[in-house]
Amino acid sequence: MTIWMIIRNSLRHHALSTGITAVSIGLGCGLLMSVWVVNFQTQRAFKNVTGGFDSILGPRGSQLQLVLNSLFHMDSSPGLVKAFDYRLFREKYKRFYNRAVPIAVGDNLKGYRIVGTTLELFEVEHSPGQKYELADGEKFIQNETQWNKEAVIGHTVAAQLGLGINDTFQPYHGLNFTEGQMPHKDIYSVTGILKPSGTPADRVIWIPIEGLQQMDGHDPRFAGDVSAVLIQMSDNTTARAFGMNSLDSIYNKGTDHLTFVKSNEDVVARLFDQFAWAESVLRWVAYLVAVVAAAGVLASIYNTMNERRREFAILRALGARRSTIFSVIVLESATIAALGVLIGFAVYAIILLAAEGTLRNEIGVSLHPMEPHKVMLIVPVVMVAFGALVGIIPAAKAYGTDVSKNLTPQS
Amino acid sequence: MPLLKIQQLIKRYTAPGGEAQTVLDVPEFTLDAGQQVALHGSSGTGKTTFLNCIAGILRADQGDIELAGQNMALASEGQRDQLRAQHIGYIFQTFNLLQGYTCLENVLLGMSFYGQANIQAAAAILKRVGLSDRMDYRPSELSVGQQQRVAVARALANRPQLVLADEPTGNLDSQNAREALQLIREVCEENQAALLLVSHDQAVLDQFEDSLDLAELNQAAREVAK
Repeated sequence: MTIWMIIRNSLRHHALSTGITAVSIGLGCGLLMSVWVVNFQTQRAFKNVTGGFDSILGPRGSQLQLVLNSLFHMDSSPGLVKAFDYRLFREKYKRFYNRAVPIAVGDNLKGYRIVGTTLELFEVEHSPGQKYELADGEKFIQNETQWNKEAVIGHTVAAQLGLGINDTFQPYHGLNFTEGQMPHKDIYSVTGILKPSGTPADRVIWIPIEGLQQMDGHDPRFAGDVSAVLIQMSDNTTARAFGMNSLDSIYNKGTDHLTFVKSNEDVVARLFDQFAWAESVLRWVAYLVAVVAAAGVLASIYNTMNERRREFAILRALGARRSTIFSVIVLESATIAALGVLIGFAVYAIILLAAEGTLRNEIGVSLHPMEPHKVMLIVPVVMVAFGALVGIIPAAKAYGTDVSKNLTPQS
Repeated sequence: MPLLKIQQLIKRYTAPGGEAQTVLDVPEFTLDAGQQVALHGSSGTGKTTFLNCIAGILRADQGDIELAGQNMALASEGQRDQLRAQHIGYIFQTFNLLQGYTCLENVLLGMSFYGQANIQAAAAILKRVGLSDRMDYRPSELSVGQQQRVAVARALANRPQLVLADEPTGNLDSQNAREALQLIREVCEENQAALLLVSHDQAVLDQFEDSLDLAELNQAAREVAK
C-alpha cells in the first residue's frame, strides 16, 4: 500500500510528463499490436476469400489479376474466355470438378460492380458452413428457358445506394463509374438483398449472366463469352490434386489464351509475400516507437531524481529500506508503461476499427478487432517489463541517495 | 537497563584534504525509557551527527549504540532501517514533511515501514495534535506551527520507544515554539517514549530537568574547542 501511495503521488506530481510518456508508450504499443493483428487478420481474411472456389479459369494474363477480379471484384478484367473454351471446359473436364460457375463483368452501378452469374453461385458455401443467404426478397429468375432483368444485391450495396426490394436501376458500362455517364437502357429490378457475409460479395450486384452478356450496348459477338469460370474441384483428394495438376498443364502450358489458377489461396499468399517488406517496415517503425517511448520513461523518471533526493532521504529517515526506494522507482516506471499499455489498447482499437471500416467499405473483407490474439498479451507484458527494466537506471540512482546529506533542504 | 546505551562512539568524516577528521567521540551516554533529555551545544559540536548515528542514518566508525537491546552500530544498513522504523521517531528542524502528500498520508508513511499503516491510528494521532480538521491538507497549506505538529504526529505514529528531535523549535516563533515543545513532551509522555532533544534555545533547555552540553560529552568537540 505504501509503495503504491508513493508511486501514485509521484505520478500525480509529474502528471504532465507521466501523461506524455504514457501516450508515447501507448502509440508504440498500439502500433505494434495493430501492425501484427491487421497483418494476421488481413492475410487470413484475404486467404479465406475464395468464395468457396478452389481454382479459376480465365483469359491469359496475370493470375493475381484474375483472382482479384473474380473473387475480390477489384482490378480490371483481364479479358474474356471464349464461349467455345468455356463449353469445352465444362464438358471435357467434368470429372475434375464439382461445380464450375461462370461470371461476367463489365458494368457497374455507381461504382459497385454488376456481376453476371448463375444461381449455382448461391449454392456454394463461400466459407465453411456458410452460403450467401437472402436477408430479404428472393433470387433472380434464371433457368434454361427464361431469365429476368432482376438483381440480387449485396448488403453494402443496399445500404450505400439505398436500394430496396422492387427498386429499379440502370447499369452503367465499365467497371468504374464516371459522373455524367449515360446508363444502359436495360432496367433491372431488385428482387433480393443478401445478408452481410463479410466477403467482397457484399459489394456486388448479382444478375443473371445472360443479362450482362446481352446488355444493351454490349457487342453481340461476345454474348456467349464469360469473364472467368469459378471452379470448385472434386472432393476426392486424389482426383482433386490430379485435376489441378492436369488443368494447370492443359491451360497454362498447353494453350496461349487461357490461364488456370491452380490455387486461389496460393495466389493471395504470394500477393502478401510481395508486400511483406511493407509489413516489416511498419513493424520496425513500431519497434522504434516502442523503444523511444521506453527511453522516454527513463528520461522522464531520471530527470526527477534530483528533485526527489530529499523525498527519498525523508522516506529512508522514516525507516524505508534502500530496496524499498529501488522498488518504488522500478514499479513507478513499470506503472507508467502499464498506463501506456492501456492507452495502447485504445490506439489499437482506433486503428483496427479504422482498418476494419476501410477494408469492409473498399473490399468487403471483414476484420475482427475484438478477437483476441496472443500479441495482445505479449506486447503489453513486454512493454511493462521493458518499462521496469529501464526504471532500474534511475532506481539505482535513488538507491544510492545519501540520507544525511539530503535531509536538509537544498537551496 | 537503559533504553539507549552508547559506549566509545566514534564518527569520522573525510575532510576535503582527504584526511579523516573525528567529529564525534562519545565515551558513554545512556537514556532510560521514558526519560526526556535536552542536548545543547554550539555549532559544529556534532549534535545532528550524534542523532543521526543513534538513528542509524549514519554508521558509527567505532563503538556501540545499543537501542532496546540491539546494537545499532553492528547492524547492517537494512537492519538499521528496520530498527529505526520500529523504535525511533525523528522530528527535524525543517519538519521534512513530504510536500506532495496530505497530512494523513505523511503520518501514514511514518507507520508504514514497520508493521501496518493504520488510517484510524493516523487520524487519532493527528486529532491528538489538534489537526483533525486538516487531515487532507498538504503541508504547504498549513501554517509553520501546524506543519511542526504534523511532524510530531508522524514521529509518534508508530509508537516509538525513542523520539529524536533535532532543533524542533528552530523554525518557530516563541509562541509556537513553546506550544510545540509542550506538545512534543506531552505526546512522548503519553506514549511512554523517551525524548532526546537537541536545541541551542535556552528557553527550550530551561524546560528540561536533564539538560546536557554535547561539548562535554563529545571529546572530539572538546579537542576542536581547544
